[in-house]
Formats: sequence, C-alpha cells, structure tokens
Amino acid sequence: MIQPIYFIILSLIIFVLGIIAFFIKRDLITMFMAVEVMLNAANLAFIALTKAIGIIDGQIIVLFVITVAAAEAAVGLAIILLIFRQKKTIRTEDIQVMKG
Amino acid sequence: MAQFLFFLLALICVISILGFILSKNQIYNALCLVVAFTAMGGLFSLLDAPFVAVVQIIIYAGAIVVLFLFVIMMIDVRKGIPPEKNRWTLYLSVGISLVLAAEFAFSLSKAICFLKTPATKEIGNPTALGHILFTKYIYPFEITSVLIVTAIVGAIVLAKKREEE
Repeated sequence: MIQPIYFIILSLIIFVLGIIAFFIKRDLITMFMAVEVMLNAANLAFIALTKAIGIIDGQIIVLFVITVAAAEAAVGLAIILLIFRQKKTIRTEDIQVMKG
Repeated sequence: MAQFLFFLLALICVISILGFILSKNQIYNALCLVVAFTAMGGLFSLLDAPFVAVVQIIIYAGAIVVLFLFVIMMIDVRKGIPPEKNRWTLYLSVGISLVLAAEFAFSLSKAICFLKTPATKEIGNPTALGHILFTKYIYPFEITSVLIVTAIVGAIVLAKKREEE
C-alpha cells in the first residue's frame, strides 16, 4: 500500500509546475491550460486526503471541481475568442490596453 | 506492483507537464495535457476512487482538452509564439513557486503523522458515492445545474457574432 503522503507531494510538484507554466507562457490559451493543471493538482490532493482519512466526501468535492472547471473552460474560451476577434491576437504582450 | 504503478504514472504525469512547459506549439501543449490528465486518472484509481478516475478521463481528457483544441484551431497557430524578450518573468515565477512550495511543505510537516497510514475503511464504492451525492450533497448538486446553464448561455452570448456590425 502506498502512503498518501507521496500523492500529496506529487500534487505539490504538479501545482508548482502549473504556476511556472502560467508565468512563463505568452499566450492566453496556454495560460488557461496551466490553470487546469493547477486545478488537477488540487483534485489529486483532495483524493489523497479522502484515502488518508477514510471518508468519501472528498470525492464529491472533486466531482464539483471538475464540473466548475468545465463551465469555466467554456466561458473562458468564449472570452478568448472574443479577444481574438477584436484584437486579432492572443499574445499577452499585445493586449496591454484595457480599452476595447 | 502498486508502488511500481504509482511511480510510473507520476513520472508520466510530471514529464508530460514538463513537455507542456517546454513546447512552443499550442497543439502539442494540448496533447501533453491529455497524457497528463489520463495519467492523473490512473493515480485516482490507485487511490480507490474509480468513479472519479473515469469522470476525470472522460470530462478532462475527453471534453475540456478537445474544447481547447477546437479554439486553437479557430485561432491562427501558424505564426507560433515568438521567444520571450524578457527573462525576468521566469525568475519571478520560479521564485514565487519556491515560496509557495516551502509554504506547502511547512503545512504538510504539521500533518505528516496524520497521513502516514491510509484508513482501512472501504471508500472505493461508487454506490456509496451516489448515495451521499443525492442525500447529503443534494443542494450543491442542484445548484451545479444552474451553474452549467449559466455557463452555456454566457458562452453562447459571448461568442456570438453581432449582425448589425
């Protein structure tokens, strides 16, 4: 049997990699994917704690997190499409003015 | 056996996320994410959560990343992303993530005696999961449907082309 602490450490590593990806990427879509990586790391921590404690409620939380991530992806990608139509670019260096 | 599977899946997950960070092509990024999320589903099933593992593979690797791929195809990828001009964001991100990792490790060291051994209770049963989802968590479950309707309507309204322009 694997100790749950290994899974928590793995989730820490994945979360840190997600943060690094979010900061060094230069286009909106890839930054958005980095957010999904971070959400996955949180899910892994939830499932590992569910296993460690022995109550099933953590799995329910993970189901809700996945649902919210799906909704967030739909709305976020629509916003990215709108930005692309208005500015003709999704690079963050070109989107520095707030006025539309 | 379980140890070997854990290290194999963890290695696949970390390597594909590293590929996601290093690759410049957005399509390759999305495909790396598919591999990473599928390996994550395997990790979930190692942790006695078979239903969540299947949901992870179907929704994350199947639906969300395909949505990303659709949007990438609608946006011009041929130009590619030029290399970054200023490297200070890299150092900043590594610094921030090291601080955060130290914070996590500190809070983990408080809880480490608690996490040593897994509880012996049976938690891998999808029937128990469905039962608790529809009794104790029935209100969040219903509110989730409102959230999904809001997201669908919002996405359609945002992405629709205006006729009068």
